[in-house]
Amino acid sequence: MQRNRLSEGGRIDRSRPLKFTFNGRPYEGFAGDTLASALLANDVRVVGRSFKYHRPRGIVAAGVEEPNALVQLGEGGFEEANARATQIELYDGLDADSVNCWPSPDLDFGAIVGRFSRLLPAGFYYKTFMWPPKLWMTYEHFIRRAAGLGKAPKAPDADAYDKRWAHCDVLVAGGGPAGLSAALAAGRAGARVILADEQAELGGALLNGHEEIDDRPGLDWVADTLDELRAMPEVRLLPRGTVASYYDHNFLAVYERLTDHLGPQADAGPGNPRGRLWKVRAKQVVLATGAHERPLVFADNDRPGIMLAGAVCAYLNRYGARPGQAGVVFTNNDSAYRTALDMAAAGIAVPAIVDLRPDPGGDAVQEVRERGIEILANHAVVSVAGAKGLRGIEVAPIDPSGKGLAGDPRRIACDHLAVSGGWNPAVHLFSQSRGKLDFDTDLNCFVPGQSFQAECSAGACNGTFGLAGCLAEGHAAGVSAAEATGLTGKPGKAASAADRPEGSIRHMPTVPGKHPVGRGKAKHFVDVQNDVTAADIALAVREGYRSVEHAKRYTTLGMGPDQGKIGGMTGFAALADSLGATMPEVGTTTFRPPYTPVPFGAIAGRDVGALADPARTTPMHGWHVSAGAVFDSAGQWLLPDHYPREGEDRRVAVRRECLAVRGGVGIRDGSTLGKIDIQGPDAVRMLDWVYTNAWGSLGVGRCRYGVMLGEDGMVMDDGVTARLGEDHYLMHTTTGNAAGAFWWMEEWLQNEWLDYKVWLTSVTEKWAVVNIAGPRARDLLAELTRDIDLSNDAFPHMSVRSGRVAEIPARVFRVSFTGELSYEINVAAGFGLALWNAVMLAGQRFGITPFGTEAVHVLRAEKGYLAAGQEIDGTVTPLDLGLDWAISKKKADFLGKRSLTRSAMVREDRKQLVGLLTKEPGIVLPEGAQIVGELRAAPPIPTIGHVTSSYYSPILGRSIALALVEGGRARIGETVSLPLRDRTVEAELTKPLFYDPEGERLHA
Amino acid sequence: MPERYLRQSALAHLGLESRAVDDPGDAGLVLCERAHLGKVGLRGDAGDKGFLDAVAKELGFALPLRPNTVAAGEDVTAFWLGPNEWLLAVIPYEGTPLAEDLDKALTGLHAGATVLTDSRTVIGVSGPAARDVLAKGCPLDLHPSAFPSGSCAQSLLAKADVLIYLHEDGGRFDLYVPRSYADYLWRWLEDAGAEYGVAVSGD
Repeated sequence: MQRNRLSEGGRIDRSRPLKFTFNGRPYEGFAGDTLASALLANDVRVVGRSFKYHRPRGIVAAGVEEPNALVQLGEGGFEEANARATQIELYDGLDADSVNCWPSPDLDFGAIVGRFSRLLPAGFYYKTFMWPPKLWMTYEHFIRRAAGLGKAPKAPDADAYDKRWAHCDVLVAGGGPAGLSAALAAGRAGARVILADEQAELGGALLNGHEEIDDRPGLDWVADTLDELRAMPEVRLLPRGTVASYYDHNFLAVYERLTDHLGPQADAGPGNPRGRLWKVRAKQVVLATGAHERPLVFADNDRPGIMLAGAVCAYLNRYGARPGQAGVVFTNNDSAYRTALDMAAAGIAVPAIVDLRPDPGGDAVQEVRERGIEILANHAVVSVAGAKGLRGIEVAPIDPSGKGLAGDPRRIACDHLAVSGGWNPAVHLFSQSRGKLDFDTDLNCFVPGQSFQAECSAGACNGTFGLAGCLAEGHAAGVSAAEATGLTGKPGKAASAADRPEGSIRHMPTVPGKHPVGRGKAKHFVDVQNDVTAADIALAVREGYRSVEHAKRYTTLGMGPDQGKIGGMTGFAALADSLGATMPEVGTTTFRPPYTPVPFGAIAGRDVGALADPARTTPMHGWHVSAGAVFDSAGQWLLPDHYPREGEDRRVAVRRECLAVRGGVGIRDGSTLGKIDIQGPDAVRMLDWVYTNAWGSLGVGRCRYGVMLGEDGMVMDDGVTARLGEDHYLMHTTTGNAAGAFWWMEEWLQNEWLDYKVWLTSVTEKWAVVNIAGPRARDLLAELTRDIDLSNDAFPHMSVRSGRVAEIPARVFRVSFTGELSYEINVAAGFGLALWNAVMLAGQRFGITPFGTEAVHVLRAEKGYLAAGQEIDGTVTPLDLGLDWAISKKKADFLGKRSLTRSAMVREDRKQLVGLLTKEPGIVLPEGAQIVGELRAAPPIPTIGHVTSSYYSPILGRSIALALVEGGRARIGETVSLPLRDRTVEAELTKPLFYDPEGERLHA
Repeated sequence: MPERYLRQSALAHLGLESRAVDDPGDAGLVLCERAHLGKVGLRGDAGDKGFLDAVAKELGFALPLRPNTVAAGEDVTAFWLGPNEWLLAVIPYEGTPLAEDLDKALTGLHAGATVLTDSRTVIGVSGPAARDVLAKGCPLDLHPSAFPSGSCAQSLLAKADVLIYLHEDGGRFDLYVPRSYADYLWRWLEDAGAEYGVAVSGD
């Protein structure tokens, strides 16, 4: 039975009952309910326990600002922490539990903390748990368990999330009367409009009342407006879409909830995403985000049953649910008088309205008087009874100073109290946009001031609380936004509503009571979500935290899921009161995105799993997969690391692959190497700039090794460049640096060398490269080509020839990264697999062996060849690497030359590349191991270098390593130590070249 | 010349031909690989009348000179990529003869043509949800008022560089994507289109 359900009225569908469970107990609600409205209808008064003191708490609000009704929703992959019950649309089978209580909110062991609350003032944790620092980890464990709200779900999120871009002329944030008016005006003018509203149903505050527009029910106007907007092809409505963030250049993020109202989806996944993050670029933005009601700060103002007056209207009018049987209204302004009228109309006994103002006036006040409800002007609520649900209140007259009481308290029985302390415009998005806030002393709230982006605020978020004003401002905002984007369509007329004069507001940071704030047992909460009281704020001020940002951090004011939507301003007011300052002097803390929480899943979108980052693959990838290759990545590329045979581990496979190359012939996929086509008469001029050596003398058909430096003189990249024609070169870069080298050269060409006649074209992906290496490579190639003379004289090392290989047009480079006779056969990428297969077939009689990147590393290290990311780490000069021979002494200049002559760059004790042979040949040093010259008994032990490459060399039958060591070349022959985790290894410094020192095999 | 069947498109491993349907039904997204399109990169100075004339004579139409515009003849479509850079899409497949003819025609000028046929593949994207799917990964405004039929633009789609071309009839977007990203992009498109339904069509 829904005890507090009204028999009629509201926007719920009583013909569609929905079953749900809360804290393990079954309930029933209706379609159109939120979890909060259904709980209220079922007379569930305690919905959770508070953050710090574990006080029983009930529902306070009806929207995003709800501080108490946070629940743990769903289970398994659909579990969500800290969901606001006021925003959860009820679905059949919904299962939710209160947060921060055990075993239940009615009987909570943690509440014992509340008994000792006097020992837990603001800043308690900082004061108590600071020392000794060693123990912080222990403290933290218990603090985190005691304080806090929901629990992080343990299962992976079962839902998929989408994100997308969108562009529009006008983005309207908020679908109340102002937002709808703005969207309608802009849409009629021809604008591309996006209207986003966090609610399932558009209409904003109109849904919570019964105001009239154009002399008919306001909701009829909403329906007609929506019909007209839906008929406009360039208007997009996003209900359940929260404008969460406002960034620079009118870039905004909207989170749209797609399936939450339906409950967990059986087909959850990319075909049925849970939510969509819209990344919107708007030419103009209209903010129509409404306002949040302020609570009043009085003794024990957090008891279940004490609610915001506007929320009471929403529950009565929108959800047909009443908060109880007898309710009092407590206010400092006119708006709550409407609540009293709505309460009375719903059959709730309203014994009194308690008004802080001595002489309430205005239309609504008059209506209440006519209705015969007692108005207790110049009165305050001074105490409340009922810890787990309001039972009654005491009220007393306020003395002339406004600080104390002028008479004895009088008791009034009631089960709920509707409170209004005025309204705070929801300036969050405006503030995020960098807009400056002004303080309106009449309304006692911050309102939008100076703008910094193409936006304007309309309606309640602009401090215009009356309906007539909202409609007019919204329309005007839509018209001017459309005009600003150059649209000239007719926006039509603004809708109209009756102007209702309202009385002024009486601001009191804290309501006078029986005891001064901080004395007595009662707590005066300024921020119920974070359990921050007016006394905490006063304490913070006494202890020197006078800045609003400091006071926030000291007291936790305005933190947590609601980010101070209710408590922030009341806290700032209490701070101003304690400081004796004005609100503008105190200011506000920073409003940061997002406005309400956005799931991490939505931010990740589909950039997860296999789509997290592109895996770039070569034309031969499928072959490698079939051959059982184990893959390694180089940048985004996937390359075979090794090809294990049955029963082989990596060590054994790599050893076999290395020996095959040294002893016969191996085949490798070299397609990922960066390739840049360079054409034009100034190609040599450019190469002379970007490489350290000279390029004028390179003949057509020949190749040369080049080293590329940054302006800091550090080695950036290296590779072989070939001269293909008179003005035509092909540069090879390392796999991971192909784009970097390309843009490095383009940057110089486009900014500094504007007169150079050079075109660069990236051709990395144009070519598939099959590398064959080993003493039998020539014999193998001879099987596959008839039109290339392979003799050593006709086709020497470091040269390039064109012809056909396996009948496929090819460019063959005789270059080597293994120290063996080696050819890199380049064919159009589409023929890559065909060439690979042809070479494998022809290679059978030579025992051809596919080898992967790990074998390449062993082979190149045996030869002392450099690897980007290992020896070339951005901190080494060519001199450090022993590449003096590659630096031209004749060239006037090259990029990085000047840096090479700086004193620090020519110091003898810079780290230099050397070889390292362990005394025990079986020990393979870990890469990155630190090298010390003199081993001392205790630290500190100065290190003189580190290992950059380290492998077991099968051909040498021992380990080898390359290292960068201070003054290393002069130390060759010395013995050094490498203290490892479990032992210390001794090694001898050698030349960085372990195999075939004369290069006979290369030139064979 | 080796057998044509030895030459594989970037997405050959996905077996798209066997998935292709004539009628996509109610699929919101229709994808295809346009595997048999030749591509030639053309560099030259747009301020050099000699260059423009020589190219126009060879192609039979003038190169597009306004940013992000396209010009087309019978077998060749030219995309503006930059003030001195164009991409030519060529039927038939090969593209080498056109590059060679252009090189000959451009002798003595600072200009060059490079065959890029195998560098990129082309993924065709059509269907009623095509714009919605592209909006999931492309930050450009592809609304007809901002990106009319016959436009092209270089941008990102998800994490792949693409050249986007909207055909003159407005019916299909062609995405020119680097070969090694094609597999990733195809899978990304299928995933992004899942909520609208995806069909594969022939070239």
